[in-house]
Amino acid sequence: MNKYTEDDLREELKTKEYEYGFYTDIESDTFPIGLNEDIVRAISLKKEEPEWMTEWRLEAFRAWEKMEEPEWANVHYAKPDFQAISYYSAPNSKPKYNSLDEVDPELLATFAKLGISIDEQKKLSNVAMDVVVDSVSVATTFKKTLGEKGIIFMSISEAIREHPELVKKYIGTIVPQKDNFYAALNSAVFSDGSFCYIPKGVRCPMELSTYFRINQAGTGQFERTLVIADEGSYVSYLEGCTAPSRDENQLHAAVVELIALDDAEIKYSTVQNWYPGNAEGKGGVFNFVTKRGLCEKNAKISWTQVETGSAVTWKYPSCVLKGDNSVGEFYSIAVTNNHQQADTGTKMIHLGKNTKSTIISKGISAGKSQNSYRGLVKISPNADNARNFSQCDSLLMGNECGAHTFPYIEAKNKTAKIEHEATTSKIGEDQIFYCNQRGIDTEKAIALIVNGFSKEVLNKLPMEFAVEAQKLLEISLEGSVG
Amino acid sequence: MLKIENLHASVEDKAILRGINLEVKAGEVHAIMGPNGSGKSTLASVIAGKEEYEVTEGSIFLENEDIDELAAEERAHKGIFLSFQYPVEIPGVSVTNFMKTAINETRKSKGLEDMPAKDMLKLIREKSELLEIDRKFLSRSLNEGFSGGEKKRNEIFQMAMLEPKLAILDETDSGLDIDALRIVANGVNKLKSKDNAVIVITHYQRLLDYIVPDFVHVLYNGRIVKSGGKELAHELEEKGYDWIKEEVNA
Repeated sequence: MNKYTEDDLREELKTKEYEYGFYTDIESDTFPIGLNEDIVRAISLKKEEPEWMTEWRLEAFRAWEKMEEPEWANVHYAKPDFQAISYYSAPNSKPKYNSLDEVDPELLATFAKLGISIDEQKKLSNVAMDVVVDSVSVATTFKKTLGEKGIIFMSISEAIREHPELVKKYIGTIVPQKDNFYAALNSAVFSDGSFCYIPKGVRCPMELSTYFRINQAGTGQFERTLVIADEGSYVSYLEGCTAPSRDENQLHAAVVELIALDDAEIKYSTVQNWYPGNAEGKGGVFNFVTKRGLCEKNAKISWTQVETGSAVTWKYPSCVLKGDNSVGEFYSIAVTNNHQQADTGTKMIHLGKNTKSTIISKGISAGKSQNSYRGLVKISPNADNARNFSQCDSLLMGNECGAHTFPYIEAKNKTAKIEHEATTSKIGEDQIFYCNQRGIDTEKAIALIVNGFSKEVLNKLPMEFAVEAQKLLEISLEGSVG
Repeated sequence: MLKIENLHASVEDKAILRGINLEVKAGEVHAIMGPNGSGKSTLASVIAGKEEYEVTEGSIFLENEDIDELAAEERAHKGIFLSFQYPVEIPGVSVTNFMKTAINETRKSKGLEDMPAKDMLKLIREKSELLEIDRKFLSRSLNEGFSGGEKKRNEIFQMAMLEPKLAILDETDSGLDIDALRIVANGVNKLKSKDNAVIVITHYQRLLDYIVPDFVHVLYNGRIVKSGGKELAHELEEKGYDWIKEEVNA
């Protein structure tokens, strides 16, 4: 008879392995380890950047040198040695391809393993993909279709060369170089990332997507994303991340800046599946990310994230609701297992009148992991009639994990309406037995319960992404049975 | 159909069932009655394969197969259904989605493909009509915010969907008003056939006016101490359980 107790459940969860843990042997062009002004210059040079960009990077580097790594988050880890990292690694083939036929077959095999065959993506999901392996953008599809609408979607390196006026105008305006330790580091050494511009009144006809992946050992990935939605435009942007399993910790410090001008809307969805380390907590990606968006009048920004990976996550996608009647949304599922630690949430800064924000955060903790929600809702003195609704739900599996909620509220306007709800629940043996009795095995039962718990957020993801996210939840939480 | 031989079971080393013998043939309805704490719900859980209960002695056979080693879901695949006394809530999972998963998992265990959506819809429509269930109800989260009556009706709806060989109804009448009781009982009666069997666990004979048992057993202190026909239920209703206790203890 199957005596399946919570202990077994915990055991099973512990033995789960990272499914994307393989390493593709592509020759890479990698810089020596260490960071100094010469390395920053070299990166800029390698990417054939204009002088202003080099200077901008150096300014960030000098600021970074004087900064301290923050310690306020509810995470504990051995700080990375920033001088032991190589800050540039690029696949050693031709840097850019016009068609998929030109792409290194081994790289395409990597995509196939990831289940994101570009070919298939192109055909089935109407998704234009900008794939970033290590640091260089390898293939941008659908560029032509987008070009006809005046939409610019390319790697940020290309954008710096081809649209310097746009990049120069907006880069660092939402996340300044000196914003924080990791943002400063990113500003100094960012290797690539995506750039997107939607012209006035244009509704982007397809989901734009970037797939990030860390391949090379001992490299950090510092991508920089800049999305600008001009007045009255709309774009839905998808970002997915994976990394092969490695014993050492890999560093990922990205910056994402979103700008939604008057009446524009940006939907930004992330599925993050960086390697979380093994069951003993060895290895895994340090994910220190700064994401922020600015809403002008009547604009709207929605962040949706499904975070199942990384050893340590430090990430607070935020909205600055500057324009009157602007709307900010944050929908998040964060799953931690084994020794993973996540400190994630959002900041909603209400500056304009009649601004609205919604926060739905779902934390799922298993193993010995620690999962924290940290959020700030700030209503400034001029933000009349600002409204916020926050809901933070935690689901616990087993007795060794932790769920924490740190909601900060600063209201400086008496007309503000702020609501906060929080719940904590546990997957019960009774729930599992109920499913078992209906013929649903424990693995499937957990998936069902977790998906139900996460439904409000999963529903916010674009269809194809939601399916992938559901699969990821299952992979992250279920033991490799058999 | 079901044969239980000298079944002993305990939870956390506390013996609850102390030698149950019971045989249920296809086409039969058996009622199990007894005072609180006599082991009725435990018996239901042990047959269904709940892991907290340890079978210390004896065996359970379903269609001549010893099912002691089978996990709860495998027993379900073989056609055992338990209508829970206290159905649990699963937030965010709709009744429809839950049933779809249950049916397809059962089919998978038999090497069958998923049920086509068209057939699934037809089945849902048919069975929800049988139990007079509003279709809107089916999109609600499983048991979340359901009234006592809705929960029980939902259990029987699931039974109708899964078409089990052996259905165990654990206190299905509790929390039901008279109309709901009639609908539920009516549903059970319509599902009854010569090929399946029903075990009704209840405190009161009320439900047995609607689902008429072929046999009534009285469980006391983990043993079946008296068996009889449907008239035994009436006798219990009139006289309570004390006379049985006295008989046993004498």
